Amino acid sequence: MNTTILAALVPGLPLLGAIVIAALRRSLKGNSAGLLGTLAIGSAFALSVMLFLGHDPAAGPYTAHLFNWIDIGGMHIPFAFQVDALSLTMMLIVTGVGTLIHLYSIGYMHDDARVSTFFALLNLFTFAMLLLVMGANYAITFIGWEGVGLCSYLLIGFWYTNPAYNYAARKAFVMNRIGDLGFVLGLAWLFNVTGSLTFTEVFDRVAGLGPDVLTGITLLLFVGAIGKSAQLPLFTWLPDAMAGPTPVSALIHAATMVTAGIYLIVRSSVLFELAPFTQDVVLYTGLVTALVAATIGVFQNDIKKVLAYSTVSQLGYMFVALGLGAYSAGMFHVTTHAFFKALLFLGAGSVIHALGGEQDIRRMGGLKGAIKVTHLTFLLGTLAIAGIPPFSGFFSKDAILANAFDRSPVLYALLLGGALITTFYMFRLYFLTFWGAYRGDKHPHESPAVMTVPLLVLAVLSVVGGLLNLPHVFGGHEPMKHFLAHAADGIGAERLHLEASTEWMLMGLSTALVVLVIALAHGRFAKKATLDPEADELPFLPRLLARKWYLDELYERLFEKPYGWLSTMFHRVGEGWVMVPLMNGAGRLTQRAGQVLRLAQTGNMSFYLFAMVAGIVVFLLMTLYGR
Amino acid sequence: MQYLFYLFAAISVLSGLFVVTARNPVNSVIALIVCFLSIAGHYILLNAQFLAMVQVIVYTGAIMVLFLFVIMLLNLNNSTEPQKTLLTRIAAVVAGGVFLLTLLAATRQGVEIAAANPADASVGLVSHVGMALFKDFLLPFEVSSVLFLSAMVGALMLGKKEKVAA
Amino acid sequence: MEPVVTAIRQVPLEHYVALSFILFSIGLTGALFRRNTIIILMCLELMFNSVNLLLTAFSAHHSDPGGQVFVFFTMLVAAAEVTVGLAILVMMKRNVDSVDINQLNRLKG
Repeated sequence: MNTTILAALVPGLPLLGAIVIAALRRSLKGNSAGLLGTLAIGSAFALSVMLFLGHDPAAGPYTAHLFNWIDIGGMHIPFAFQVDALSLTMMLIVTGVGTLIHLYSIGYMHDDARVSTFFALLNLFTFAMLLLVMGANYAITFIGWEGVGLCSYLLIGFWYTNPAYNYAARKAFVMNRIGDLGFVLGLAWLFNVTGSLTFTEVFDRVAGLGPDVLTGITLLLFVGAIGKSAQLPLFTWLPDAMAGPTPVSALIHAATMVTAGIYLIVRSSVLFELAPFTQDVVLYTGLVTALVAATIGVFQNDIKKVLAYSTVSQLGYMFVALGLGAYSAGMFHVTTHAFFKALLFLGAGSVIHALGGEQDIRRMGGLKGAIKVTHLTFLLGTLAIAGIPPFSGFFSKDAILANAFDRSPVLYALLLGGALITTFYMFRLYFLTFWGAYRGDKHPHESPAVMTVPLLVLAVLSVVGGLLNLPHVFGGHEPMKHFLAHAADGIGAERLHLEASTEWMLMGLSTALVVLVIALAHGRFAKKATLDPEADELPFLPRLLARKWYLDELYERLFEKPYGWLSTMFHRVGEGWVMVPLMNGAGRLTQRAGQVLRLAQTGNMSFYLFAMVAGIVVFLLMTLYGR
Repeated sequence: MQYLFYLFAAISVLSGLFVVTARNPVNSVIALIVCFLSIAGHYILLNAQFLAMVQVIVYTGAIMVLFLFVIMLLNLNNSTEPQKTLLTRIAAVVAGGVFLLTLLAATRQGVEIAAANPADASVGLVSHVGMALFKDFLLPFEVSSVLFLSAMVGALMLGKKEKVAA
Repeated sequence: MEPVVTAIRQVPLEHYVALSFILFSIGLTGALFRRNTIIILMCLELMFNSVNLLLTAFSAHHSDPGGQVFVFFTMLVAAAEVTVGLAILVMMKRNVDSVDINQLNRLKG
């Protein structure tokens, strides 16, 4: 098979799966929908592996041209896929992790009545995500961008009978739309100045542009990335998005969709390299988000909410890496994060499954004996995210920290602090869930093999994922960085000037502190038998954090209330005083006129004849004298 | 030649007036036949021989006979003749007069025939009209057969006795 | 053949126009004047014929056969119209037992 057909089949199979499952959703019984969906994604993964093995990074990107999509005047947008190191990395993550999550979902969604719809949507999401990462131009990427937003909305609101879930879905959609608007404006501007949306052409042409134009474009693209990747100020939708089924949280809101913003910036690294101001904005946005989200995570009591804030925080780290120009470190963290965060979410799902739907960690505890596989894998995931060597999170986080230290020690200190908070709340979660005495009332039971096997696979990946980009000090030679360097020009420009001894020292410091924090968390939470109070009963500072820095309330005051007031005013003034009288007036006028005019319809033929003659005479006179 | 025109003109106007004023519908039909024959005479004066024949055969021969036939069928005569009030009649005459005046006023500056084709005496002959009909106007001619078919079907539908509670 | 054309054009076109206007007005007046539907139909025929006459006169004076072909088509339409009109008349007589046009006042608004 040639590469073009392979590349077309990778997103094609999930689309086919979505269509087939959606069409047959009433006749598919039991696990057949799940098996079909998993098969589609699994085949796409196999094809991605084939593409990966057949790809020669040194030969540059391969463009799979399918057909001309838009061809109007000076606008030529082909429907084409670009196969290069970056898109291959993302494809492998999306399809690989996606396959495991599909498999897991067979067990998790077993009892749901709309399981076929669920798998159709999940396949559709995978299709859109592949479109996003494989598109050879911004337009295709944008289709995927919108597609994942739509699927995210549909899957968050999957249990649509609950109004709160619907509200969460709507919130996610609206916040994504705000970002999408920035993205679209950026694309329009980009097309205006370069005359093309194809990546290779755009990157060839941007060099001559002024710094102001580039700063504007990259800022707009970054707004799009903020919306999709849940950064300040648009991150509040992601924790609410936990309303969706847990596999959805794992796939969309941890492993793949939320990294679309990272992908976009890495893909556009040429542009961002030319706009230093935007890079700083990216850096500080990521930094503030990482810290704010981490502090909020400490006081959450919902197992999925903790993971959600952790996701936001980790995404912040990735943006910090991008802002520092360390694109390979960002992509490395995307990859390892996809492994361990998917693992943690699926583990959380397994816990929830084991307790029959319980999500509050205050009613868990002591589960490590009851659900052994879940406990083991969850522990591995927690160690990975905390950054204990030699787990994958250690290497990827360390790469970011090292780059930060290279820029400034203050930045390093802040990021390290964030990492320690991460360790603290993750181990709080772990200890409260699995240690101590059981505080709930349901009988826990281990999940079936179809759910635990993906957990084990992801656990292995979380442990060894660091080998993908083993740094020099450990005897590796950063294979992922060199692989990606062929795809994104920005990576080639990365420079890290650190002595090996400095690196050893930094690693030692962070590891020691992390272990210390784990011990602290163990002391506070491992033997906990009492329940934490509700958020309202906490003292001021913890209450501030538990209430998410009152960000939701702030947005409500700042945007929702004025907007609602404006809408009410428009309704009262515009609708009540102008439009309604106008409309009703037009209607009444027509009625009155009709009542008068119907008198003319006498039904008398002779009268009609007279009227007709009179009309003809009038017309003749008009043509005669009317000129 | 001109005298023949004025003769025929007088006949058509007088018979036309009689059509309107006659109390008995049969008399009206007879007067209309006379009027149409005089118009056929006008056609001959204009060298429109084909039209003159068609006028005699189709109008006086077929259509007016159809009128007569319907009058017989419905048994119309003086006694069944509805009458309008005097006021309506005066109004009708005034309206017709105003209409005529308006038309005449519209053409009071004369009629323009500047763009006339070169004189051709064979214009009204059957062969000439036939050539025009079957070459330049073939499609309308053929389409008119559809018109006739629909008229026929319509007449049949209307003439059929309605079934009770169909 | 020239004498024929000269003979035709001895009568000025204005006279034909006037004659056809007079006939048309008579037909129109008749249509307003009478209540008998069949007479009104006949008046319509009279109006048709006045227009035909005018067309033929112009055609002869312009030496253009198109006008006469048009008259032919007018006759065609008139024939079809009379067929349907008389059928309606028969039905009217059958339904309201009258040919008075004022009986047809059911379309009152």
